[in-house]
Amino acid sequence: MFRAAAINRSACKAVFNTLQSHSVISKTTLPSSLKKSLSSFALKSSSRLGSNQFLVRNYSSKPNREIHPQDIYADRVAPVHLSPESIVDDSPEPVKSDNTVIKPFTLNFGPQHPAAHGVLRLLIELDGEIITHSDPHIGLLHRGTEKLMEYKTYLQALPYMDRLDYTSTMTNEEVFSLAVEKLLNIDIPLRAKYIRVIFAEITRVLNHLMACGSHVMDVGAFTPFVYFVEEREKCMEFYERVCGARMHAAYVRPGGVALDLPRGLMQDIYAWAEQFPSRLDETEEMVTSNRIWMNRTVGIAKISVQDVLHWGFTGPILRASGLKWDIRKSAPYEVYDRLDFDVPVGTQGDTYDRYLVRMEEMRQSIRIIKQCLDQMPPGLHKVDDWKISPPPRSAMKNDMEAVIHHFKLFSEGYNVPAGETYTAIEAPKGEMGVHIVSDGSSRPYKCHIRAPGFYHMGGLHVLAKGSLVADLVAIIGTSDFVFGEVDR
Amino acid sequence: MNVIPKNFLRGTAKFAAFQTLRVPSIQMRTYASIQKSNASPSDSKVKKFEIPHESWAERDQTDKFFDFSARQLLMTEMLRGFWVVLEAFFREPFTLHYPWEKGPLSARFRGEHALRRYPSGEERCISCKLCEAVCPAQAITIESEPRADGSRRTVRYDIDMTKCIFCGLCQEACPTDAIVEGPNFEYSTETHEELIYNKEKLLENGDRWEVEISRNLRSEHRYR
Repeated sequence: MFRAAAINRSACKAVFNTLQSHSVISKTTLPSSLKKSLSSFALKSSSRLGSNQFLVRNYSSKPNREIHPQDIYADRVAPVHLSPESIVDDSPEPVKSDNTVIKPFTLNFGPQHPAAHGVLRLLIELDGEIITHSDPHIGLLHRGTEKLMEYKTYLQALPYMDRLDYTSTMTNEEVFSLAVEKLLNIDIPLRAKYIRVIFAEITRVLNHLMACGSHVMDVGAFTPFVYFVEEREKCMEFYERVCGARMHAAYVRPGGVALDLPRGLMQDIYAWAEQFPSRLDETEEMVTSNRIWMNRTVGIAKISVQDVLHWGFTGPILRASGLKWDIRKSAPYEVYDRLDFDVPVGTQGDTYDRYLVRMEEMRQSIRIIKQCLDQMPPGLHKVDDWKISPPPRSAMKNDMEAVIHHFKLFSEGYNVPAGETYTAIEAPKGEMGVHIVSDGSSRPYKCHIRAPGFYHMGGLHVLAKGSLVADLVAIIGTSDFVFGEVDR
Repeated sequence: MNVIPKNFLRGTAKFAAFQTLRVPSIQMRTYASIQKSNASPSDSKVKKFEIPHESWAERDQTDKFFDFSARQLLMTEMLRGFWVVLEAFFREPFTLHYPWEKGPLSARFRGEHALRRYPSGEERCISCKLCEAVCPAQAITIESEPRADGSRRTVRYDIDMTKCIFCGLCQEACPTDAIVEGPNFEYSTETHEELIYNKEKLLENGDRWEVEISRNLRSEHRYR
């Protein structure tokens, strides 16, 4: 009875504006000045383009782009200077009385704190119980991925992408592969794109399960986490069946995917997708309208859409604040333009909204997965070009040409034409981007990784300012930090 | 709610009508004991008290007073959550008793490394060093020299399992299917040294796991 029962969303504060268009303006949360500039710009752009396709940040290099991203995004929507009130460290002045100086209390949070999600070390300044400033110290998990990748071929650099955000590994590989494919100027087979989308959405579910589950656990509820881990286990089994590893897949390669889907996997993914929303209902039954959960999240770490843009937040944090921005919609990269899905948007921008956005995104991911399973075309799973993807084993055993290509690919790798690209996708945590500079050799000259968690970490003090110490774990949980990508 | 200033609209024709609207009974609905009594009339919200709605009126639109009160008093949302947990008691458990029960592994599973032999007993590795070249973690070390019968074989094949990242590139690169990542994942040791595998250890692994490895390779051959 309760498992199937839809939750009473009217009891929830946030109203979801699910949308499919590219329109940006949210109803309530935009400050009036921003709204005015947005609407005036909307008028301008619609007069120029004849449509409402403003704020389309086009990452592809297609020439039909009429508005340069800087025009719209940087100047008009969000002036890229930080608002002074958000960068000023407003910790209280030391109180002087007689010869005594009372300094604000400084507390060291982490790196061994269990709620620190890994190796976060936070220096927080307290005024009583209220956080006045928080200073994240990162780098405890720094492995020098970007530098290491300069000494690896593109194929060898791929497993390093897995280790960045280790709760959503396949999207990391996907963004790297898309960037390399753009430099190689190749288009991959349609089947490979569909396989990638299926696993990108499974990855999104994996990530959000971990994010919401650990977030709920941080504020005190253990049971939903266990339920989520059970679902994660099923997803990781799909990972294991398709590539042989439960987390660090090395599956999505430049030129397609490493191996085709094994027989029977699509049926099992469908069976899982059939039962998963009811498991989500079950957990929402426990958590979403629970008074303890609402007391811990509603109104906590509220952030306006202006601050979100100033600090470069992306993903569910951005959408929970009311900006309808999703790269899958605004610059569709695989076959997302063929798929029908909605982007949940919050209205308040608080912790509760971010939780609701993540839960709804999981449901939308299920929609996408089912459509992909329905539309899955036959064909190749990687490009049929032995200069880029290795030849099949049967050819390698019989064909001298194939052996030569095989040896060349696994020893020297393939040369990528000189050039540079910034390619970004909508990873579960936000905009995951890779800036690759190629000098024409088989190794990237430079590979910069734009990890969403790094920017969320940079704006952590904006989220945490003014809240209680006890809410800090909720704020860290809602920011969904994974230190593999923050420290890189 | 907006408190109307005293002199607002005074002197206009609408004033009289406006006065009637300010009868206290319809002025603002307030709930229970949380009576808004601010000192300064310009403040529209109760200080230090956050409600999950913009205003009481907004909540009254979405959540009726009696619904809200009944839920708060009877704790229905808690009880529904408890019921979900209670249901889980009567379900088949998802967990496995690990050392005795194990989950299924696919044919593609990438576990402990093994060096395979041909059915004749001859080792497959021809020391082409492709795995050494492709290994991103540089965990493989190979030295080779021609054997007495003139064939090219390794004299040293070491894998540092503590450096290995189990990406599977070595088995993809191997042209003779000599180095494979087998289905074994239970090889923990007490010391670091035991995890630096040499050729003997790897060949021994291959002999022990040959049945499973060859079965997996056979079932996977059409995908590779």
